Amino acid sequence: MHVPDGFLDAPTSIATAALAIGAVAAALRGARRELDDATAPLAGLVATFVFAAQMVNFPVGAGTSGHLLGGALAAILVGPWTATLCLTVVLAVQSLLFADGGVTALGTNVLLMGVVGVWTGWLIFRGLRPLLHRSRATVGAVAGLAAFLSVPATALAFVGLYAVGGTAPVPLASLVLAMGIWHILIGIGEAFITAFVVGAVHRTRPDLVHALRTAERVVPPVEKVTLG
Amino acid sequence: MGGAVTAHLHIDSTSLVHRLPAHAKLLGLLALVLTVVAIPAGAWGPLAGAVILGAAVLASTRVPARHTLPRLLVDVPFVVFALALPFLARGEEIALGPLRLSAAGLVAGGTLLAKATTGALAGVAFAVTTRPQDLVLALQRLRVPDPLVLIVSFMVRYLSVVGDDLARMRVALVSRGFRPRSPAAWPVLAASAGALFIRTYERGERVHLAMVSRGYAGHLPAVEAPVTEPAHWATALLPTGCALLLLLWAVAP
Repeated sequence: MHVPDGFLDAPTSIATAALAIGAVAAALRGARRELDDATAPLAGLVATFVFAAQMVNFPVGAGTSGHLLGGALAAILVGPWTATLCLTVVLAVQSLLFADGGVTALGTNVLLMGVVGVWTGWLIFRGLRPLLHRSRATVGAVAGLAAFLSVPATALAFVGLYAVGGTAPVPLASLVLAMGIWHILIGIGEAFITAFVVGAVHRTRPDLVHALRTAERVVPPVEKVTLG
Repeated sequence: MGGAVTAHLHIDSTSLVHRLPAHAKLLGLLALVLTVVAIPAGAWGPLAGAVILGAAVLASTRVPARHTLPRLLVDVPFVVFALALPFLARGEEIALGPLRLSAAGLVAGGTLLAKATTGALAGVAFAVTTRPQDLVLALQRLRVPDPLVLIVSFMVRYLSVVGDDLARMRVALVSRGFRPRSPAAWPVLAASAGALFIRTYERGERVHLAMVSRGYAGHLPAVEAPVTEPAHWATALLPTGCALLLLLWAVAP
């Protein structure tokens, strides 16, 4: 669900664009700490992964299906700064090359999904990380919880923006209720998918789960390198 | 799933819009949509004019409707929201047959419908006429920071590679009798997504090492700037000019 043009008024769209630019500038500096000089290729490929993962249809039943949003997943796998960059690029490409999401709403979408979604997921996962050292099996569950809460948090942030610059006089309480219920359902799907994906990555390459790292980035040993 | 990833919107042609430099087109798109968004709610004449303007911009790309119409469907969830607004919003109510509709909701819903449709029409016009590599050049020329342009360039370059990886996994699953129909299939699908992440991340590591071994030092190579003639700017900003006239019409006493 991408916010289209005209959903928020022009001043709010410009203000969210300015905030999003600030967040992306901070993320560019932060991502260099997470990935060093490999930022561009790794973030680029992770952005491609997020884009592709959003294309996977998860059947809900009765012929309907949902898909991953991926903010919390990206934050847990590659760190929040890189995740913000990846989601920003995914949203920009979706808006400009696939006409999905309005161009004037790009700042709003980046702020909601690339900042609120990513950082809520990250902070919850990191906050609960001390619990994980006793039982590694809970990694997926905690990732799922982080993903679950990141979705209603994003929806509430949207309601907040709507209260400031919305273009229709919808009573705020009923908007919170409708968005809340709907996004709790979406969040449940997001939780299960994120839990399974993080669990799958953790089983094969636990070193790739950024949120579980304790030291700085570990450069892969040279003998592991394959050409391709 | 792979096919959808690689189904780019760009349709090759030689129309006027195709020949415009992408950075001029991108600024023109932003300025046009921002102007349309600024039209006040309920100014039906200017709003209808904006939708016609968007349709005219899309028509000027000369891309057949069978390519563009399906892309406009991304608008649908918000059409539903716009149609629901008269029932959700409060305020003075008007009776329409057996229904009681909010007058303010009708105005807001109609306005949202017009603006979002115009944005989608103009957005599709940009998307069908701009190649991914031209978008990268446009961002570079608009002084977007180098690291961000590089990330975009890697994304558009590897989109079909990663999409094909995903398609191969799907073929492997389907050929083993996997038919996803209910949430019981989620662990399998998520395991593929996990494997895709590992493959993609490792591909990123290999690409980085290959770049370093060829002398990459963290910067984009400079590209020679194609000449942007004043006529290009005039064409790219022509729709914005029309939208400004509509905005003036809407706010004029």
